Amino acid sequence: MRALLFLTLLLAALWLAISGVYKPVILLLGVASVVLVVWLSARMQVIGDEHNPLAFGLRLPIFWLWTLIEIIKANLHVARLTLHPERISPRIVTVPVEQGSSIAKVVFGNTCTLTPGTVTLFLNREKLVAHALDQESAEALISGRLARKVAWLEGSSESSE
Amino acid sequence: MTLVLVLTTMAVFATMGLALVRALKGPTIYDRIVAVNVFGTKTVLVVALITYITGHADLIDVALVYALINFIAIVTVLKLVKLRDLASSGEQDHG
Amino acid sequence: MVEWAINLLSWFLLLTGGIFGVIGGIGLIRFPDFYTRLHGAGVTDTLCAICIVSGLVLQSGLSLLSVKLLLILVFLLFTAPTATHALARAAVVDEIEPVLEEDSDPLPDARGEPSSNT
Repeated sequence: MRALLFLTLLLAALWLAISGVYKPVILLLGVASVVLVVWLSARMQVIGDEHNPLAFGLRLPIFWLWTLIEIIKANLHVARLTLHPERISPRIVTVPVEQGSSIAKVVFGNTCTLTPGTVTLFLNREKLVAHALDQESAEALISGRLARKVAWLEGSSESSE
Repeated sequence: MTLVLVLTTMAVFATMGLALVRALKGPTIYDRIVAVNVFGTKTVLVVALITYITGHADLIDVALVYALINFIAIVTVLKLVKLRDLASSGEQDHG
Repeated sequence: MVEWAINLLSWFLLLTGGIFGVIGGIGLIRFPDFYTRLHGAGVTDTLCAICIVSGLVLQSGLSLLSVKLLLILVFLLFTAPTATHALARAAVVDEIEPVLEEDSDPLPDARGEPSSNT
């Protein structure tokens, strides 16, 4: 229920930001589209309380900042490898997934794919299989740096609930 | 200012050209889809850059919509290639 | 003075974004197999987009245009890994063979088990 309320507010803010025209008729259309989307997602049962980003609190922006720095580092590394393609040593890496909630698993897999150099090939309850461009790219996964960060992000949502 | 924008646009065009070469060369269908995906995201950036070069602020909405459509298009094409049927639920695929 | 610094930073970001775009494109051409090419595509999808969009945002400052640009960036960053993963997953199910180092784990099959016949 709280997730639906949050979704309504988010969609309304999104509509106001994108529209830029604030006349009564147009606003009414906006309200109608927000109501339609909220009703549809309630009917499809795709929205649960775990989808409320506010549950992560302040840790979410910090996590994004950390991800941004990781992305920049990984990009520089992959760019270097691109200019010297003979140095690549592609490999498959399998790491265990310790996150409890499905949302944390998705964040884990997506962040892994988002940093160039590693692409998630397979993800289920127990493990994540990734393709890495070389040993250095895979290091963040093998050492568990990324997993720890996602666990830290997830931990905040459990303690606040 | 405009010079920098034009230079950046040229660089993005070059990326699109390279992606197009990969899309034409293949060899697998997935290489082509990746190339088309890159081409699509670069189109979004080019439209955003053109917004600033020409000063027509409305053009940014085109980029916004294209960013959303591009993703749906890639997933749809992938599903069509995989299952040969857009209405399929995918359950009979893993046989 | 401050305006100058912001302009300079914005130009730097725009040109860096362009350069990374071209590097990603070169990667798309030069890398030997499908899976490695995904990493090249990853460079153009992430840092290239981030740099160009933030460079443009610095140009227009606080405005509706900047909000829309940041929305574009958020959409791109949320959808890019999903599309990449969908592609990689489809290629694994289709048994596209990757070029691998000798000490690497084998490619998983559709259920995620390491396949024995590679």
